[in-house]
Amino acid sequence: MARELLKGNVAIAEAALRAGVEAYFGYPITPQTELLEHLALRMPELGRVFLQAESEIAAINMVYGSACTGTRTMTSSSGPGISLMQEGMSYIAGSEVPAVIVDVMRGGPGLGNILPSQGDYFQVTRSAGHGDYHPIVLAPASVQEAIDFTMLAFDLAEKYRHLVIVAADGMIGQMMEPAELPPMRPLPTKRPDWALTGADERPKRVISSIYMSAEAAERFNLKVQARLKEIRRNEQRSTEYETDDARLLVVGYGSAGRIAHSAVVAAREKGLKVGLFRPQTLYPFPEASLSKIISRIQGCLVVEMNAGQMIEDVQLVAAGQVPVRFYGRMGGVVPVPEEVLAAIEQAYDSMSELSLAAPA
Amino acid sequence: METMTAPLELQTVYQRPNALEDTYTNYCPGCTHGVAHRLLAEAIDELGLRDRTILVAPVGCAVFAYEYFDLDGCEAAHGRAPAMATGVKRALPDRIVVTYQGDGDLASIGAGEILHAAGRGEKISVVFVNNAIYGMTGGQMAPTSLPGQKTSSSPKGRDVAMTGNPMRMSELLAQMEGSAYVARRSLHDPANIRKAKKAILTALKVQEAGLGFSMVELLSSCPTNWKLTPSEALKWIETNMLPIYPLGDYKVADAVRDL
Repeated sequence: MARELLKGNVAIAEAALRAGVEAYFGYPITPQTELLEHLALRMPELGRVFLQAESEIAAINMVYGSACTGTRTMTSSSGPGISLMQEGMSYIAGSEVPAVIVDVMRGGPGLGNILPSQGDYFQVTRSAGHGDYHPIVLAPASVQEAIDFTMLAFDLAEKYRHLVIVAADGMIGQMMEPAELPPMRPLPTKRPDWALTGADERPKRVISSIYMSAEAAERFNLKVQARLKEIRRNEQRSTEYETDDARLLVVGYGSAGRIAHSAVVAAREKGLKVGLFRPQTLYPFPEASLSKIISRIQGCLVVEMNAGQMIEDVQLVAAGQVPVRFYGRMGGVVPVPEEVLAAIEQAYDSMSELSLAAPA
Repeated sequence: METMTAPLELQTVYQRPNALEDTYTNYCPGCTHGVAHRLLAEAIDELGLRDRTILVAPVGCAVFAYEYFDLDGCEAAHGRAPAMATGVKRALPDRIVVTYQGDGDLASIGAGEILHAAGRGEKISVVFVNNAIYGMTGGQMAPTSLPGQKTSSSPKGRDVAMTGNPMRMSELLAQMEGSAYVARRSLHDPANIRKAKKAILTALKVQEAGLGFSMVELLSSCPTNWKLTPSEALKWIETNMLPIYPLGDYKVADAVRDL
């Protein structure tokens, strides 16, 4: 397959098709709407299900119903819509059915605006609805990664019978850049042994998230926690740049990670020993790799397009071993590499002061 | 002396439908959910649909409906059964998908989902149990509660100036082009129960024939929360609910008449 110029939202939609998505339910919201529009055209062409729901609440519950039949199902939205989907997301997690959600994040809180943001980090990684669980969260930093992670999202959802969120931001959704789409995968020919298909010559199957006794509900929760532990062990993903001799580590994901990359390149040109760590999974947070790097650096700078959300995960890994500074822009402001470079230089200077002040 | 001779074979004249489980339910004595369950199960049996029916249970007293029916089933979030059923039906268009919902579920929190399911002509069948109150949470006012009806959240009686008049869902949903069959029946006496069964059969046939959205509203009793005896409760349906909720067919598409 050749590289072609693709818009992020369209690339995600086309990647989902090629991953074998059989049913899509969604509601228009900027900046993800091209994703829905592309599938509105393509799904019927391929004889698959496309339905525009009356709301994000209905959309996620349609996803829930479709997923209960073992049908490969997804939806997409942006912050305000993801907020409405939290109810259904929790039920999906509580029923152990696989589903994929794409969140093309925009500025908030409230109606906010339609500009790129990473303000949904907390709502996608921390719980995504009521109850004790985390979805798997993948954070692409390019159109190519958006394609790759969309494919991966379906694999992980089915492997773990779990909710997977592709957390892109408005910049990834709206930008165009060359990328390569994978070939079309065959659709599943067999439904899983838990799927609702009608009790035809077999005992009936029930999918529900209700456990009336405390003991039964705790047993289910322990099962979910065991699965999350396995996910944390197997699925941490991240990339690194110039971390071997780095004294200062910049940590950023998605568009912020990509902008930070440019800033780190510029800092290196100035002779500063700076490296980049870019989480590709936000849940599980890539703590194993980050922890190794943190043991040999003197400071961290977290860069996000929000007021500082992932920084909490970095601080948990750093556990006070090194100072963790923050640079972020909010409300849909996308930082430029120069301002991140300035933040790097400031962090670098303060780090040097710290190490000078420290006793030998 | 004449001796009695026992018949060689005992004839079964009444038994549990195959689509119902042999189990106890959580319903209160005198509640008509049991009757509604039986009618739906009989209709599914008679049409031979048990092995391809998927039941979507609501939140409310019927939250465990999937335990009482011997059918594949799932449990929706409160009010979302029509959306969940839409997902099931679109994924498996050749299956029969039934939601079973109460009035709090369907007329209040799920008003949007039921309206749009009907609007799309979603090929699902809805059994709508209307007892004019929230049963499971202990008898609060519903959008279907009658004017002046005392409930735990309208202790002085429903004040229509403050909380509006009863919402008539069958009349409302019948307005949708996508609705093929919408009927209201009552479970307060045997003659009406027989009519209710016939309506449920029609609703399932409508879905089988792919004619569009179908719903049967069943006026039902809630002796516990109405604070009446079971027989008083049946009388209460007749005296108080029928004038507000007239029985009848609210939408019968032309194609349905040919079934």
